[in-house]
Amino acid sequence: MSPRELILTRIKSRIAKGDDAARAAAVDARLSRHAANLIPARGQGDIEHRIRVFTGMMLAVGGTVELLDDIDDVPEAVAAYLRQGNLPAHIRRGADAKLAELPWRRVAAVEVAEGRAVDSDKASLTRAFAGVAESGTIIQLSGPDNPTTLNFLPEAHIVVLEAENLHGSYEEAWTRLRQHLGEAVMPRTVNMISGPSRTGDIEQTIVRPAHGPKHMHVIIVRG
Amino acid sequence: MEASAAEFPANVQKALADPHLQYALTETGPRFIAKRAKAREALPEFDRLRDQARDIKDHVLAHLDLYLERYEAKVIATGGQVHWASSAEEARAAILAICKRVKAKIVTKGKSMISEEIDLNHALEAAGHTPVETDLGEYLIQLRNERPSHIIAPAVHLTRDQIEADFRKAHTHLDPNRDLREIPVLVEEARQVLRQKYFDADVGVTGANFLIAETGTSIIVTNEGNGDLTQLLPRVHIVIASIEKIVPTLEDASTILRVLARSATGQDFANYTTLSTGPKRAGDPDGPEEYHVVILDNGRSTVLGTEFQDMLRCIKCGACLNHCPVFQAVGGHAYGSVYPGPIGSVVTPALIGIEKARHLPNASTFCGRCEEVCPMRIPLPKMLRHWREKEFEKHLTPASVRSGLSLWAFFARRPKLYHFGTRLAARILSHLGRDKGRLSSLPLASGWARYRDFPAPQGKTFQHMWKERRR
Repeated sequence: MSPRELILTRIKSRIAKGDDAARAAAVDARLSRHAANLIPARGQGDIEHRIRVFTGMMLAVGGTVELLDDIDDVPEAVAAYLRQGNLPAHIRRGADAKLAELPWRRVAAVEVAEGRAVDSDKASLTRAFAGVAESGTIIQLSGPDNPTTLNFLPEAHIVVLEAENLHGSYEEAWTRLRQHLGEAVMPRTVNMISGPSRTGDIEQTIVRPAHGPKHMHVIIVRG
Repeated sequence: MEASAAEFPANVQKALADPHLQYALTETGPRFIAKRAKAREALPEFDRLRDQARDIKDHVLAHLDLYLERYEAKVIATGGQVHWASSAEEARAAILAICKRVKAKIVTKGKSMISEEIDLNHALEAAGHTPVETDLGEYLIQLRNERPSHIIAPAVHLTRDQIEADFRKAHTHLDPNRDLREIPVLVEEARQVLRQKYFDADVGVTGANFLIAETGTSIIVTNEGNGDLTQLLPRVHIVIASIEKIVPTLEDASTILRVLARSATGQDFANYTTLSTGPKRAGDPDGPEEYHVVILDNGRSTVLGTEFQDMLRCIKCGACLNHCPVFQAVGGHAYGSVYPGPIGSVVTPALIGIEKARHLPNASTFCGRCEEVCPMRIPLPKMLRHWREKEFEKHLTPASVRSGLSLWAFFARRPKLYHFGTRLAARILSHLGRDKGRLSSLPLASGWARYRDFPAPQGKTFQHMWKERRR
């Protein structure tokens, strides 16, 4: 018997009660229904509430948040952020069309590079698929638009989050993901990120960063 | 799993006499408790989420064969490969075969308790690969060739002085006169040393907090970002996970995630919760070319359908360790097994047999705090009691304990004699301790009284006072 057969047979012999068809039906129904369980009230409310909760959570874990009314103001916000952080005037982003179409000419001094992050990149810009207010979390999908390395290698990670994509709960983001990619379809990586990298492994003292970005800056665009 | 669980009493003596360990435990132990309490306070739905988290896992365990099949089919459909391992040996063999095929030199590793359970690092080294732990805590103990002493804080037993000394010994390419007194400096040095390893690695190994049957996804939960760099930069990503990590859907994972970080570190959510499905897709500029999942049983399936099944709900948050008076006094290494603390005392006998682990279920005061804080509502004291019963049934209990219990049972079955005996004992002890109200030595319990005084009885037994009140 292969290890697979051995394990599955052993499990089944110990737990299977009732007929096989009914057990399978219960499992398949649960998978296709993917019903939400209890959703905490904390993130639920209008957009102003969600922005407020998200911002509070992100600040509490050492991230920063900025609000813009117009997405076309993102290049200037990025330039100002790099300047204030004493970072080189260089930003790496993916192929995301919305980020590519921004009026980068307004900040000619900032060099905009496209593609996955390289070790020497100090700052990256990504566009979040979603934000989740209840824990101040952003959700990123892998792919050419927003390569995963941009979330982890640079010292500073700047995220554009459009307010319409800022949900109260994780469940709302999963519903949108299914609409976006199809039932039970996932990209290679979904990153849920709540603040800059940290560790508490030495004497339980919180130190930022550990291995990931030192700074996380979320630009929420109301638009 | 090389375990010295049989030497628990000797390990305890050593732990109590270790000043570094005692410092680390008293300084950092209570912090976890305060953090969790605060996180729980801030989320009114927390206890109801715990009920749901328990119900999700109970449902999964009742249908585990089917969920594993659904999960496997999804992994394969998304381009991943599944390797089944009924034992630690089979799991190591599967991982070594992949490393050999891709001629791996450096194997970076995210934090994984299953890796500890199957003793993967030594196997990798023996086969000529270089395992590099990237979680800071795991890196610290890898330098010392030690075991984690805590499920989520593997180096919680170390002080910064010890870490400074280890760094000076290991990082010989750096200036020997550098200042390493501050914790952030130590963290930065580890970051610098490990940074290049991520790029140089051929294989990245991570554990999994959850496997989602709906999508064929594995999830890791970290704060450092090391797990992500480990699975993102090498060309091969291997996930090692045990059979009970399955949850049905994204929604079910979300529910349990809400109680995980809060119970573990008191965070609302970990910094990085990462969902991985298959290898990188056509057009992806980054990500691994191969994605493997090794599914380990290693004795877990034999627990299903028994009085010990509930232990498989465990999500490895460490809350029961943080709240356990025994763990907080002796630390994790004394348990002599991969999983310490209350959950370890329940799991270890199942993994290595009650014969070798009989001391562990006895390492409990039955205060019940572990069950009170367990996010998955595992009835830990009840299960420790079940193990004690097994120990007694198998005649593993020492003769002195057995005869003591028989003696007690003799009286307990004869209430009149029992009441007479206890009344007499209470009076004698009360008389002996009449000056201080305390007794600094006790007949038959000299070991217990060596560390603390016994409060002298007031003169009446509980039963006696109960009767008086009822009147």
